[in-house]
Amino acid sequence: MSKLGLITKGLLKENPTFVLVLGMCPTLATTTSAMNGLEMGLATMFVLILSNIVISLIAPVVPDKVHIPVYIVVIATFVTLLQLLMQAYTPDVYETLGLFIPLIVVNCIVLGRAEAFASKNSVVDSALDGIGIGVGFTLTLTVIGIVREVLGSGSVFGWKFIAGDGMLAFVMAPGAFLVLGYLMVLFNKLAKR
Amino acid sequence: MEFLLIIVSAIFVNNIVLAQFLGVCPFMGVSNKLSTATGMSGAVCFVITLATVVTYLINKFFLVPLGLTFLQTIAFILVIAALVQMVEIVLKKISPSLYQALGIFLPLITTNCAVLGVAINVVTKEFTFGDAAHMLNLGEATVYALATSLGYGLAMILFAGIREQLSRSNVPEAFKGLPIAFITVGIMALAFLGFSGIV
Repeated sequence: MSKLGLITKGLLKENPTFVLVLGMCPTLATTTSAMNGLEMGLATMFVLILSNIVISLIAPVVPDKVHIPVYIVVIATFVTLLQLLMQAYTPDVYETLGLFIPLIVVNCIVLGRAEAFASKNSVVDSALDGIGIGVGFTLTLTVIGIVREVLGSGSVFGWKFIAGDGMLAFVMAPGAFLVLGYLMVLFNKLAKR
Repeated sequence: MEFLLIIVSAIFVNNIVLAQFLGVCPFMGVSNKLSTATGMSGAVCFVITLATVVTYLINKFFLVPLGLTFLQTIAFILVIAALVQMVEIVLKKISPSLYQALGIFLPLITTNCAVLGVAINVVTKEFTFGDAAHMLNLGEATVYALATSLGYGLAMILFAGIREQLSRSNVPEAFKGLPIAFITVGIMALAFLGFSGIV
């Protein structure tokens, strides 16, 4: 696959949310607004790129039997790093995203890319793969966030264009599932054409 | 009384899948058939309760006294991975048919965010059950973990029942598979929202 292909495949062909259907928990939980979705996507991308790089470097020397635990420790290290950085520089974002920052450790996208791609490819390709999938994830989360924010509170990125409350259910749990379901339908419909 | 509040709140009001969005991947993955859903619920139930107790003790008697709480994420995920491995070995021995049915999803309990999520929540978040907000003690944490995982089982088994029906009905092409499943879960979550007044 070409270098450009590695970066753009996360958008459509291997979109982590709509095609691979991985990492559903943060996708549903943190997309209450466009900004939250974007921030969660960026946080995941940070871990994804760094863990992909390190794992592609160490993969040849890791014994096959223990490779999953080793990968998880690498990912957990970067998540801890991210937690400390966010607590220091963006404490309010850390507060909003809460539990879902440490839970990046168990985000299937990160471990999935480590296992399926980074362990078998070169450092540069793995880094590009991390960027590609990370951008795809970030964009998808932002789109879901935009839809939920528009319907739920009548605003986009905090800019309010409808006075009063929106349909609150879309900011709460049911809206997350419904919006994701309908966006998936739309994606299937458009991707088939 | 407080234990009753914990149980009702964890199973219905703050249902782990339908209100907290934890463990959605396996929830979608193994809910195709009622039998696998039941097996998976049992395994998750066991792992969540055990993992929460073990991580609670590790946090209280090891990480906090040594000032190492920033290592929570790494320490907890390792404990959970080891526990899951153990459950896998035991299950392989005593119930090969169940082991076969759960297939690849058993090792995936390690990356089930419900397990790590509950473990981290219990040691970092303050809970309010009736009286003032407070950190859970070991007894409360155990009951909370057990009730939460029962809520997971409840949601999963209900959903598997609906999904078995769904597989026999005629849905539009673009909705087939996961999209209609997500929309169904959305409606279930809407129904569970009705419980929010009781605690």
